[in-house]
Amino acid sequence: MEAASLGTKAVPKEEDPTNRRVELLLGALASSILLFIAGMVIFVFLKGFPSFAANGFAWFGAGGNVDEQLANIFNSPADPAEYVYFLRAWPLLWSTFLISATSVAIGIFVSVFTSIFIVEFAPTAVARVLEPVVKFLAAVPSVIYGLIGILVIVPWINDTFITEEMRESVAYVIQLDGSSVIAGVVILTVMICPIMIAIVTDSLRQVPRNWREGALALGVNRFRALRTVSVRAIRPAIVAAAVLASARALGEAIMLSMVTGSIGFAPNPFDGILFFFEPSRPLGATIVDGAEGLSVAPFGQTMYAFAFILIISTAFLSFAGWVARQSLAKYSVGAK
Amino acid sequence: MATSRKKQAQARARKKKVRTPGLWSLSDRIGVFLAWAAGLSLCVIAAVITLFMAWKGLSYLNLDVVTQSPEASLEQDKTGGFLDPIIGTVILTVMGAAIATPIGIGTAVWLTEYGRPAPLARFVEAGVEIIVGAPSIVLAIFGLLVFQQGFMAPFSFTAAGGEVFGRSFFAAGAVMSLIALPFVVGGTREALNSIPKHVREASYALGKDKASTIRRVLMPSARSGIATGATLGMARIAGDTAVVVVLLGASLQLAPEGGLPVIDVLKGTGSTLTSYVFQNSPAGEGNAPEKAYAAAFVLLMIVVGLNLAVNWIAKRGQHKWV
Repeated sequence: MEAASLGTKAVPKEEDPTNRRVELLLGALASSILLFIAGMVIFVFLKGFPSFAANGFAWFGAGGNVDEQLANIFNSPADPAEYVYFLRAWPLLWSTFLISATSVAIGIFVSVFTSIFIVEFAPTAVARVLEPVVKFLAAVPSVIYGLIGILVIVPWINDTFITEEMRESVAYVIQLDGSSVIAGVVILTVMICPIMIAIVTDSLRQVPRNWREGALALGVNRFRALRTVSVRAIRPAIVAAAVLASARALGEAIMLSMVTGSIGFAPNPFDGILFFFEPSRPLGATIVDGAEGLSVAPFGQTMYAFAFILIISTAFLSFAGWVARQSLAKYSVGAK
Repeated sequence: MATSRKKQAQARARKKKVRTPGLWSLSDRIGVFLAWAAGLSLCVIAAVITLFMAWKGLSYLNLDVVTQSPEASLEQDKTGGFLDPIIGTVILTVMGAAIATPIGIGTAVWLTEYGRPAPLARFVEAGVEIIVGAPSIVLAIFGLLVFQQGFMAPFSFTAAGGEVFGRSFFAAGAVMSLIALPFVVGGTREALNSIPKHVREASYALGKDKASTIRRVLMPSARSGIATGATLGMARIAGDTAVVVVLLGASLQLAPEGGLPVIDVLKGTGSTLTSYVFQNSPAGEGNAPEKAYAAAFVLLMIVVGLNLAVNWIAKRGQHKWV
């Protein structure tokens, strides 16, 4: 931020019209990003509004089989007066929340420990390898994660963990074939960890050295010093990382549509161990699967309603993450 | 970068000499163990992904699959290759970066060099963050909404009834540019911020005004930062699937529209390596896993190659300011 204002202060006072024009032009270009976001939110909302309007708040509730409801919407009569909009989206919302929240929760621990490892414990050679490894994991396209998931992990779960009794016990509701919540969560965790590791490692490195040295001088061991001083000092960064990772997790569509079985089923935590192996389908994956039917008016509107939920929640999360990082920059002592 | 790394190495060397005595309780030992476990398991996961994709990819990759067009067939042997998706990936990547770069540079220059009024600048910053976080599937169906409007008809196929199809390389490229935009903005801002104040002052002292300082002094120095951002953005575009599935029609082969050369391809639908992998996985309609593995390997090579290019550009373009 400092560097930004330095430039402006140094300019001679006289305002030349050409300069003014350049500034206005660039400013307009930059502000058009805000216009674009506003336009996107408004138009997606307007397009999806009929679905919300027809269902009211029950839209968010549970009731019936969501896949059947979507099929009915897809097959509604051509007459606009008879469009079917009936939808109870709870299974999709629950699945989105469940998968993102679980993988972010696991991801926080994995990435904090990995960052501690990179910053403090890793031998120089290992730390040097880990840096590109994290970049690589962040760069692998989601469709490749999905491909490995559907061709390797899903069959493995099916063969190793799912017994015949488990299959029979739920055969009248769903089929268990390995495509499951757990497969989605595991792969999603691997996908979002690099984002968090990058942020957490950066801020761990910015914690002033003498803070930790103070702790070490008191005779505390290295791990305890890190845990009680450094990790505590960077809590806003961990929040920011978690929030940004949740935005990414909520929006993940392709990989989840490949490995979670693409069935609009709400996994029930009271099913015990079965819970992990039940199929499900989050919002993003639902839109991908429904991409072919977007031209059917009521179905398309329903999809835009899903998109509205997604864009609102991810925009909110991104904004929150940005605010958290601003506060970090303001309060962290000795940050560059 | 280089100096900070040296400092870290020194710090580490210092640390090694002074062993902190400290009492290691069980929970601390477990913590250290978990840190090692987390770090090493990430390495193992990356190694497994690389080796597995290389093994599967190389065993199904041959000259035929990269030089033949895909065909629809139930038998995996007759589904042809994936030349068209490779071309599609290249077109989209270049297009997206070409649209994103000027917009991104403009935004970044305004944010770093002008940034007035300050609240607006901060909102634009937050806006860029929101675009980073926006799911590509949402961007995609919003793009479809826009490109299906009547006035966007020149950019895609129009059905006999006057309904605009809204799916084309133009549409997909425009939306893809949004995915690359934050990277260009980030790369440019970082480069501009690293240029010291006295460089700008020297330019003003020579009688240059602000606009020409930006154009003649700052832009040339920021070039490698811009290139880094754009390349990262290209890697992102190459790896995105949702936009292609929704906005490119994901047709097997390139389907040119209209008679003009080049424009016809851009107006038409097509597919990319990502959508090809998706369609040919068991989740898609093609279901030819061998082809999917081969295509995924090519895709991974492209993405990793672009990321290596980023490192190379950053290293080569590193400017030493006095």
